[in-house]
Amino acid sequence: MELSRRELIQLLLGAPALASVLSPGCHPPPRLPAAGQLLGQSLEVGHRLRDGFQPQPDVGSWQDLPVVIVGGGVSGLSAAWRFRQRGFNDFVVLELEPDPGGTVRSGTCSLCKFPWGAHYVPAPLPEHHLLIQLLADMGVVESTADDGTPVIAEQFLCREPEERLFFGGEWIDGLYPATGASPDDLAQLDAFRREVDRWVEWRDSAGRRAFAVPSRLSSDDSQVTHLDQDSVAEWLRRQGWNSPRLHWLVDYSCRDDYGLSAEQTSAWAGLFYFAARQRTAGSGHQPLITWPEGNSPLISHLLQNLGTSVRTGAAVTQIRPVGPPSRSAVPAPAAGARPTRISPAAQNSPAAPDSVEVVWYDTQTREAAGIRARHVIFAAPQFLAPRLIADFTQRTGRQTDLFRYGSWFVANLHLQDRPREGRVPLSWDNVIHDSRSLGYVVATHQTGLDHGPTVLTWYCPLCDEESRDAREKLLQASWADLADVVLTDLERAHPEIRQLTTRLDVFRWGHAMVQPIPGFRTSRQRQAAAVPDGRIHFAHSDLSGIALFEEAFDHGCRAADEVLEAFA
Amino acid sequence: MSHDSMNRAPLVLLYLNVLVIATCGLVYELLAGTLASYLLGDTVTQFSLVIGIYLSAMGAGAWLSRLVVGQVARCFVEIELGVALLGGFSAPILFATFAWASLFQPVLYGLVFAIGVLVGLELPLLMRLLREQLDFEDLVSRVLTFDYIGALLASLLFPMFLVPRLGLIRTSLLCGLLNAAVALWGTYLLRPLLPRRVLPGLRGRACLVLGMLCIALLKADRMTELAEEGVLGDPIVHAETTAFQRIVLTRNSRGFQLYLNGHLQFNSVDEYRYHEALVHPPLSAAMTPRRVLVLGGGDGLALREILRYPSIEAVTLVDIDPGMTTLAERFPPLLELSQAALRDPRVTVVNNDAFVWTGRSGGGGGPFDAAIIDFPDPGSFAIGKLYTRRFYRMLREHLAPGALVSVQCTSPLVAPQTFWCIVSTMESAGFHVRPYHAAVPTFGEWGFALASMEPVPQQIRISPEVVSALRFLNDDVLNGLFSLPPDLNRIKTEINQLNNQAIVRYYDQEWNAWR
Repeated sequence: MELSRRELIQLLLGAPALASVLSPGCHPPPRLPAAGQLLGQSLEVGHRLRDGFQPQPDVGSWQDLPVVIVGGGVSGLSAAWRFRQRGFNDFVVLELEPDPGGTVRSGTCSLCKFPWGAHYVPAPLPEHHLLIQLLADMGVVESTADDGTPVIAEQFLCREPEERLFFGGEWIDGLYPATGASPDDLAQLDAFRREVDRWVEWRDSAGRRAFAVPSRLSSDDSQVTHLDQDSVAEWLRRQGWNSPRLHWLVDYSCRDDYGLSAEQTSAWAGLFYFAARQRTAGSGHQPLITWPEGNSPLISHLLQNLGTSVRTGAAVTQIRPVGPPSRSAVPAPAAGARPTRISPAAQNSPAAPDSVEVVWYDTQTREAAGIRARHVIFAAPQFLAPRLIADFTQRTGRQTDLFRYGSWFVANLHLQDRPREGRVPLSWDNVIHDSRSLGYVVATHQTGLDHGPTVLTWYCPLCDEESRDAREKLLQASWADLADVVLTDLERAHPEIRQLTTRLDVFRWGHAMVQPIPGFRTSRQRQAAAVPDGRIHFAHSDLSGIALFEEAFDHGCRAADEVLEAFA
Repeated sequence: MSHDSMNRAPLVLLYLNVLVIATCGLVYELLAGTLASYLLGDTVTQFSLVIGIYLSAMGAGAWLSRLVVGQVARCFVEIELGVALLGGFSAPILFATFAWASLFQPVLYGLVFAIGVLVGLELPLLMRLLREQLDFEDLVSRVLTFDYIGALLASLLFPMFLVPRLGLIRTSLLCGLLNAAVALWGTYLLRPLLPRRVLPGLRGRACLVLGMLCIALLKADRMTELAEEGVLGDPIVHAETTAFQRIVLTRNSRGFQLYLNGHLQFNSVDEYRYHEALVHPPLSAAMTPRRVLVLGGGDGLALREILRYPSIEAVTLVDIDPGMTTLAERFPPLLELSQAALRDPRVTVVNNDAFVWTGRSGGGGGPFDAAIIDFPDPGSFAIGKLYTRRFYRMLREHLAPGALVSVQCTSPLVAPQTFWCIVSTMESAGFHVRPYHAAVPTFGEWGFALASMEPVPQQIRISPEVVSALRFLNDDVLNGLFSLPPDLNRIKTEINQLNNQAIVRYYDQEWNAWR
């Protein structure tokens, strides 16, 4: 059975949005834009693989190559960037999609570029050297201040006005629903900020921050890891903070960064959001680096000079460790990496073989080919590891069932003119309080085009704990149904939105983000996942449990360093 | 029914009609005269022309009335409807053609003549209708009495109530409504004289005209905001809402005023002080400026000053609003004030956001020997971005070595933080900056900045062929502008960047405190 309009709206936007929808009965069908389509990732090969598709390459189509990087998302491309930075060029990146970049994706129209996925990176703190180097290569970091903090060229920082909230029937500045807040609400907000500040300044006996970016550099002191046991909503309540406004702010932040509600997000991840991107107590959130098209320029830069080293439309179908045992092939952890516990199963496994066969299928020519590699960097989501790596579970004893992924809907609305303005002007990020959507960002904001047509990018994670069934139905909803949900959401803040929208496209992200649910960060599954399986190295934001560019970048660089160590 | 059944009560009502007709007729004449003098200046000529044309047209109407034979009552109602339409829509039509001078005059005189003819037809026809009821002496004395009372009423109401309270457009529409009401009413009063078969058609048309005028009255807000006129204090002679801003021109006895989004941009009385101070320091310091960039300044007044330099080869003017540059090119008072600078063949107008234009390398026309930056005050984020370090850095890419730049910097007295924020921000972008000020009476104490990537000259001489044409500046006055009184002493401010827009905050606080 298909979902009714009301069910669909309730599932995606939440109950408050229903108030604006007419009761069931005879109504003219809501007005939809003249153009638009439903987009998504290539599911065909993935589903065929799941159903047992196992192409075998001809004997003649095998080649030898030192390194294969499986996956051309941020982590895979970061590994490639790191290789080239260290002067190593003998690798290939195999990417299933026609375009590399993973969840970083963008579109173009005659007016401007616009994002389809990840769209900002907070300015890095001084300790994230490699990211600062990448940003300096791009001209984003223009110098270093006396205290070591990178100075970001202003045109890459999110331009004021940065954010506003539609609350109580009007737009207000900032994201905290301040209108009508009681002294107790404000006292709780203040106490929460002081608690965040406390964690910002907190250091363990080794001098590590409680929450650092990359998260690999965070403290593993039990005071910090203990936070992972509960949800952040529960943690707030335990502090005696029950202000609905504070809970909303934290819930919004979790939905924004993790695609999870505050009830679903681990307190560790919740505090990470606030404390990891702040330099010192009271210094506030790091400014955001963003582009009109989201994070695509980062991908373009990582791709620079890679040329034919990146094969797109290349579906890896199997990864097989082969050859005589050789203990020496297990690399030592890279310098700077925290020693990780190796699972007993991995320690007891037969010694690592001396090469890895990678079978891939060209989705264009529909032919299979094979590469015999000395090392493989598996830069794909963990849930694919048991499907693609031969005998993965038996050999390593690792499970991947705790790696869970959230789905997202992203819509781009092409507007012939801007909605009417009130006291608080159109900002970069525009959030609607009574909605499960995250509101929208304005693609023209960074370009300086402040009048006339624009493109709004609307984000909505599927984070309600709904049945799998409802979820499946949501993912099968038609363009018209989804377009109507998007417009119904925005209509509350912009009654004229249906008249202004000339085109509306919707992108469905199936497995967009790993979910930092309570217990996941500290789980053995996650901790073991970054440990190499013989000559197979792992790199993905999954391994951090938080789907951030910085994490994917860090794991890519770390895995590349591991491989180079092994060659050394 | 016979003619005799028209008893005394309707007769009184018919006199009331005469009163309304006479009042409205004169109001239309006054409206046309006022609009003509707003636009074309020279009040005496405009009023006497309009009155002359109107009276002679009335004469023509009276003469034409003899051609009406039979169906006099029906004709009277039809003419009322015609007056309602033409007179009622006269002010909106004239406003709409305001920006096109070549069109405006024929439309104006044509309308005045047409309304005059119709009004001239009214009274003779009415008198013929009443002929049956009254002695001739009685008829003439009563009708003419009410006619002249109506004229007195109009001449008192127009300046004392209608224009100040309703504005020109609403006044015109309201009189149109009255005329249409008279027509509709006439179909009842004169029913004995009207053929039964024409009644529904006449009433239908009367209702249609009433409806059109009512809708126009409701929509009149879009053309001139009543509140706006009240706030601005002077009659609005042109108002339009473009995709970018609201442009309003007002006129009073001393001259024209241009408002963008309610902020005064210039007053024709003393704009020369502002524009001479904005343009001549950089252009004179640039020695022989050949290529000049103007950012903002769509009114063409800075251009007028620039084009005084014989060395000028090309000027690129970047203004976001084609509505503004088109108005300045077509609207006679603006065209005259700018000495048609926008039509000069050396001038290229680019309608684009200056931020977007400056961000494109080789935007055309450069590199420039001088740049004149004449943006509105930084009262919004959309304008605040044009005062950022990023913007000044992008501007550098368009400048020739040693080029000079001037920036209008709002009032240093009212908004010292805003003023010094501009200076500091330009310095942070690598410019040498010398701030200066000038008194522009309608603005007050006003601030500017002269900047260059090279040290800014300490002594500036205006070239002799230019200085003779100036009303405000000579060498001594110009160099004196750079000495700032102690109450304009420098204060420390943040640098205005895209990601903080500190200047918008400063500007809001400082001007709100002043108001």
